[in-house]
Amino acid sequence: MTLQKVKGTPVALEGDRAVAEAMRQMNPDVVAAYPITPQTEIVMRFSDFVASGEVETEFIPVESEHASMSACIGACAAGGRVQTASAGAGIALMWEVLWVASGSRLPIVMHVVNRSLSAPLNIHCDHSDSMGMRDAGWIQLYDEDVQEVYDNAIQVVRIAEHPDVLLPALHALDGFILGHSVERLELLPDEAVQEFIGTYTSAYPLLDVDHPVTYGPMDLQDYFFEHKRQQAEAMVHALDVVAQVGDEYGQLTGRYHGLIEGYRLEDADYVTVALGSTVGTAKTAVDQMRDEGIKVGLLKVRCFRPFPATAVARALGDKKAIAVLDRSLSFGAQVNPLCLEVIAALSTHGFAPKLVNYVYGLGGRDTVPAQICDIYQELIRIDSDGITGPILRYVAVRD
Amino acid sequence: MFKDLIKLDRLPTSWCPGCGLGQIMIQLAMVMDGLGLNHTNSTVISGVGCTGRLAGYMNVDGIYTLHGRTLPVAEAVKLVSPDLKVIVVSGDGDLASIGGNHLLHAARRNPDLTVLCNNNNVYGLTGGQAGPTTPRNTKTVSTPAGATYDPVNLQNLMKAGARYFYAKTTVYHQLHLRNCIKEAIAWPGFAFVDITCHCIENNGRRLGFNSAYEMLQHFRRTYKRAPDGAETLGPDEIGIVRQG
Repeated sequence: MTLQKVKGTPVALEGDRAVAEAMRQMNPDVVAAYPITPQTEIVMRFSDFVASGEVETEFIPVESEHASMSACIGACAAGGRVQTASAGAGIALMWEVLWVASGSRLPIVMHVVNRSLSAPLNIHCDHSDSMGMRDAGWIQLYDEDVQEVYDNAIQVVRIAEHPDVLLPALHALDGFILGHSVERLELLPDEAVQEFIGTYTSAYPLLDVDHPVTYGPMDLQDYFFEHKRQQAEAMVHALDVVAQVGDEYGQLTGRYHGLIEGYRLEDADYVTVALGSTVGTAKTAVDQMRDEGIKVGLLKVRCFRPFPATAVARALGDKKAIAVLDRSLSFGAQVNPLCLEVIAALSTHGFAPKLVNYVYGLGGRDTVPAQICDIYQELIRIDSDGITGPILRYVAVRD
Repeated sequence: MFKDLIKLDRLPTSWCPGCGLGQIMIQLAMVMDGLGLNHTNSTVISGVGCTGRLAGYMNVDGIYTLHGRTLPVAEAVKLVSPDLKVIVVSGDGDLASIGGNHLLHAARRNPDLTVLCNNNNVYGLTGGQAGPTTPRNTKTVSTPAGATYDPVNLQNLMKAGARYFYAKTTVYHQLHLRNCIKEAIAWPGFAFVDITCHCIENNGRRLGFNSAYEMLQHFRRTYKRAPDGAETLGPDEIGIVRQG
């Protein structure tokens, strides 16, 4: 499919409101959600659209996130196009239901506004919530800025509903950093969004009384394993679909989003790997270091699930030293989720560059370009002296 | 001194100017002081939301639990330390919505807990969305055309069991509030105090009130004491119903 580029309308919106606007334009059949900081703004704004009749959505104000994801499952199995939004502990409360969504192959879309997990209580950003569900069978995209928040909010619908995929999908925006920050972005015309996502027709809806179906029945030693294998295959298919949808969206908007994105990467010797809003911070650090004549670069991972291992390995294989930045902790692991994937990708493709893992910004701790410049300086030192000390390091934390 | 029960160095609180939570905290502190309850023999357990902050301002050990999980945590504390006076302070959203299932079953098991429910009819901390106690047709930020459902009837929920203690009071009726807390602490079982409280910033102004004072005056005009011995409280009555 080749699409004609359409003119966008420039606006200034917070990330949460950008999601609400995208949801208004997509006009899903059902939205079920529960308030939780810093996501609340999305559904609060969307409920205005419901009340004013700007959308035809059935909005279900449930009593908890466990109920919201359950309601999404019911609505999606019934054949609806279904969305929700959540954060932090809300996603943790959905835990068992997340697996039902993916295991039932229901293309539910979740707008995740990243928030740390209790305890201690903290409402600010880290990726513990979405990384905590990384094995739950959901496609995961991470947003760099508010424009990408909007762009990914639309694209995940197409990705999830693709017949080769049929998996639930989320895109994650950093709580407060993107969710509550006003940035300039361009909105597509309503009809362009509707045309891009098309209509959703469930292959196996409930209430098709001539073709009765059951979702989630008992499935023991006989076929359970095969069904899980199919889910894994669908994730593999999603790699092509994410790239293809990103390409089509690029034709429409001029903004091309792939699985990964390099920034001054090609000739770089020292590279950081990041996802989410820190990519923007790291780009500033890269520019500063390049101004000093140091060959640094950045690899942004937009699609974390499925993980684009081949693309990542090719982008990083020949680098002199690499630092992978993780905004979540996998307690007891040797390295953390993003780093683990990067190491596996490099290793399985025959590369073994010097590599360290930095954990940063937990609970919303500010991450600034100077800290990333320090990481590049450390990579230069590692290149000449080798890795001394642990592979797992921390940015700006008290000992 | 009741002030000894409050971490004065933590003031001012994070609550909005005019919020009624401070009144609940002061009345709780006064009752505890009068009964000799302090950090050596009491604990305050709270859930998530504005009300959840209360435990942190009290000069007793406490647990700030997850949203909705207040009652099972408190029940277990009481089970392990039966001599400890366990006081739960939480909001209507926490207790009746996301923690609603726990409320049913904690009430059924009837542990010796005192539960103070700050009932402001909305999810206040997240900005004033409709919750389980929001009256039908109320305009909130999540129901701009009016709330669609009837609110949960907390009195009926509590009275569903064979043994119950349900008190309804408001932050305007300070002496009544204090007495309800006192009676609830003395009750040898699950005692639920439903405290009508104003959330001026995230609910009241939208309803047309100009100040917290106006909301308090509204409570004064609306709520009357139930006759002695009443078995059921009317919608505009404050009082205590109990059965041991």
